[in-house]
Amino acid sequence: MTSVGLYHFLVLSSLLFSLGIFGIITRKNAVMVLMGLELILNSANINFIAFARFGNFGFNGQMIALFVIILAAAEAAIALAIVLNIYKNFATVNVDEIDKLRE
Amino acid sequence: MNLYDIFFYTFAAITLISAFFVVFTKNIVHAAFNLMLTFFGVAGIYILLAADFIAIVQIIIYVGGILILILFGVMLTNKITDISLKSDASFIIPASISVGLFAGMLIATLLNTEWKSFEHGQPIPTLSNLGILLMNEYLLVFEILGVLLLIALIGAAMIARKEKA
Repeated sequence: MTSVGLYHFLVLSSLLFSLGIFGIITRKNAVMVLMGLELILNSANINFIAFARFGNFGFNGQMIALFVIILAAAEAAIALAIVLNIYKNFATVNVDEIDKLRE
Repeated sequence: MNLYDIFFYTFAAITLISAFFVVFTKNIVHAAFNLMLTFFGVAGIYILLAADFIAIVQIIIYVGGILILILFGVMLTNKITDISLKSDASFIIPASISVGLFAGMLIATLLNTEWKSFEHGQPIPTLSNLGILLMNEYLLVFEILGVLLLIALIGAAMIARKEKA
């Protein structure tokens, strides 16, 4: 068994990415879709930081990962507000039942 | 197999197993709490990659902020006494096949690429370097992100509010 290196982190992040995609595809609840999205953002961050450690880019990779975390926070706040509004109007948050643009 | 490898496999197992439960469990609340374990595992991976500040930020913002928001979303959009707390899934088999193929393709591509890997030796402290970068090269991005967070907060409060003014 080889010592842990760049490839191990890349394989881990791609497995996490695939799990996130699977969650987004299969789940009907909008909050669960959001959780899949967070998994995908985390896997992208692992890639950025792995290349910051093993590549020759200095601290730029860690910087981008920091910005991704900030954008994820903003995205979660907006998305939860939209989900609450949808629940108020439709009394459900299943994304396959929300198919009206206006009442 | 040294200590670093043992820690890597431990954190990777925590991350992947809890992410698996996030995707496959029927109960949304269980999924949210498994998501917390995933975030902790990813924070451990960041520490192994010598990104101590990012790991702390991950725990503070993801576990302390985003996960709480998601839990509020779960509690406000599902009646706890109702059976609708269960979230059903669709397209399980086609999704499994296509995502499995996608993951295999991704990993095969990754493993067959000759990434240039540099040996950096002992990790150096990141906090002062990140602060200097943030105040010099990334100053504009930093300011724009501050404005963006303000807009996002105001917008979220506007959207989620009860009645229109």
